[in-house]
Amino acid sequence: MILRFLTRRALLSLITLAILSVIVFLGGQLLPGDVGRAVLGPLADARAVALFDHQVGVDRPLAIQYWDWISHFVVGDMGRSFTFRAPVAPFIGAALVNSLKLAALAFVLVVPIGIAGGVWAALKVGQWSDRGLVLLGQSLGVVPEFISSIVLILIFGVWLRWLPMSADWPEGAGPLTQMKYLILPALPLVLVFFGYIARVARAGTVEALDADYTRTAVLKGLRMSTVMRRHVLRNALLPTITVVASLLGYLAGGLVVIETLFHYRGIGALIYSAARSKDFPMLEAGVLTVGAVYAIASVLADLLSAALNPRLRAARA
Amino acid sequence: MSASADTIARAAQPAPARSLARERWNAACRSPTLIAGLIILAFWIVCALFGADITPRDPYADDLLATLSPPSAAHWFGTDQLGRDIFSRVIVGARDILIVAPLATLLGTVLGTALGLCIGYFRGALDDVAGRIIEALQALPLVIVALMALAAVGTSNATVVLVIGFVFTPLIARTVRSAVLNETDLDYVAAARLRGDGALAIMFIEILPNVLPIAIVEMTVRLGYAIFFVASLSFIGFGIQPPSADWGIAIAENYSLIGSFWWTVLFDAAATASLVIAVNLVTDGLAAVFDA
Repeated sequence: MILRFLTRRALLSLITLAILSVIVFLGGQLLPGDVGRAVLGPLADARAVALFDHQVGVDRPLAIQYWDWISHFVVGDMGRSFTFRAPVAPFIGAALVNSLKLAALAFVLVVPIGIAGGVWAALKVGQWSDRGLVLLGQSLGVVPEFISSIVLILIFGVWLRWLPMSADWPEGAGPLTQMKYLILPALPLVLVFFGYIARVARAGTVEALDADYTRTAVLKGLRMSTVMRRHVLRNALLPTITVVASLLGYLAGGLVVIETLFHYRGIGALIYSAARSKDFPMLEAGVLTVGAVYAIASVLADLLSAALNPRLRAARA
Repeated sequence: MSASADTIARAAQPAPARSLARERWNAACRSPTLIAGLIILAFWIVCALFGADITPRDPYADDLLATLSPPSAAHWFGTDQLGRDIFSRVIVGARDILIVAPLATLLGTVLGTALGLCIGYFRGALDDVAGRIIEALQALPLVIVALMALAAVGTSNATVVLVIGFVFTPLIARTVRSAVLNETDLDYVAAARLRGDGALAIMFIEILPNVLPIAIVEMTVRLGYAIFFVASLSFIGFGIQPPSADWGIAIAENYSLIGSFWWTVLFDAAATASLVIAVNLVTDGLAAVFDA
């Protein structure tokens, strides 16, 4: 039954991805109008533009172009970059690995802090400390990453000199050194996500604390720490998993700004430089990759919460 | 006997609409977050409206003999690479973002409310198709969607408004749609149908006023995001363009100096942060007021 749930969920994601690929394709081929004109600039010779359009194939009917693009894409051939005159796929692969390192560090930092904050607020529900924490998390969540980055760079990079100001670590650095270079870029993401995770963890805990099974557990004389561990937290933290996965979507957006700011060669910086230089094949491939990563993450999150939640497991069967 | 029946009858009468408005007004006056947010927001709106008229110095005047001077009595926030007074530039810098972000939000709200009314009212295939497309778009961060569209159509204040407006449209539509779904089964909609009102009339005259509070709260939420995106896009060069004194642009221009000249970026960063937090406080307060 888990298998049926998995296939259903995966199929839905595939449909979503297919629609997304059409949107991305139209964004990259249709919006610029004349691709050759957009790439070569307003001063380029008309013949050069026509030749460019013909060489990259954008003078063919849209449906054929789309089929050509997507049928190669799914087997890993993402086309050739206009800027680098080389296949796109290796760039995307290397950048994705770098971004995942940064994202992993950010998540390892923010998930425990967010959950702890949310549970703590739930235990003080209605008090000023609860209200203050919620408001703080919300406010941090709306401050753009580059703003918090600037403040963090000033504090930890310029004034205290604890951390390097760029994520560009020296050649051949070990994992620990790499991590040191990644802490400062990861912190703004931590600040942005803290509020979201804390809010969900808080809501879940408040609900679980209020539930009949918690009252029963307390009344039958269990110690509060046991009640929290075995009854409250198990139920409270399930929704948090889904939210953490959905944050991956926001994460990639934040990475565009943060990777550019910290000179980090990740997928966000790659998408940004492709957009700057109007390298549409690279841009489309990068954007669709981000979408695919998000889709995979949300399927995994659903699976994980199904595996952890007996009720959901039974309901889906 | 008759007196008590009278009291009961009076108590059972539905509260007039004016008292609901009054209740909301009272709740608004009691909300410290709403008031704090409004005060900060009002400050920046005044800065945006009057701009160079209220600055102590000319925000665009270079002074090559006083470049990069630290904060002092003459220049409260110091000067930048061209010797321009940063305090004055921070004040003027509020203007463009406070034009672009609200316009984009307004565009997205108008389009999104119309779309949400349609898909919520007609449901069926339209709802399914729109739902799928919205879900697909949600797999992408808005910054990336905007980046791609702006790379394709070119960057100007107008295209930033259009792109953010269009990106917001499906998100607002989704919220309005679910509010409309709650309304369509109610008696007043059935009554309007029975007396032969057209679909457009029912959607915009009957249902719209009832989903408007939700649309307004959604709009203030989106305004916060719009400011977030416009600032981020301006910072990476895809938003507001120089020679604007916009905060994001100023930070991008001076970012390489951060190691020695902190004042060239810190005050613009603080201004941006205060604006987004103010909008967030207002959103938070408004949501509480409309809930009350």
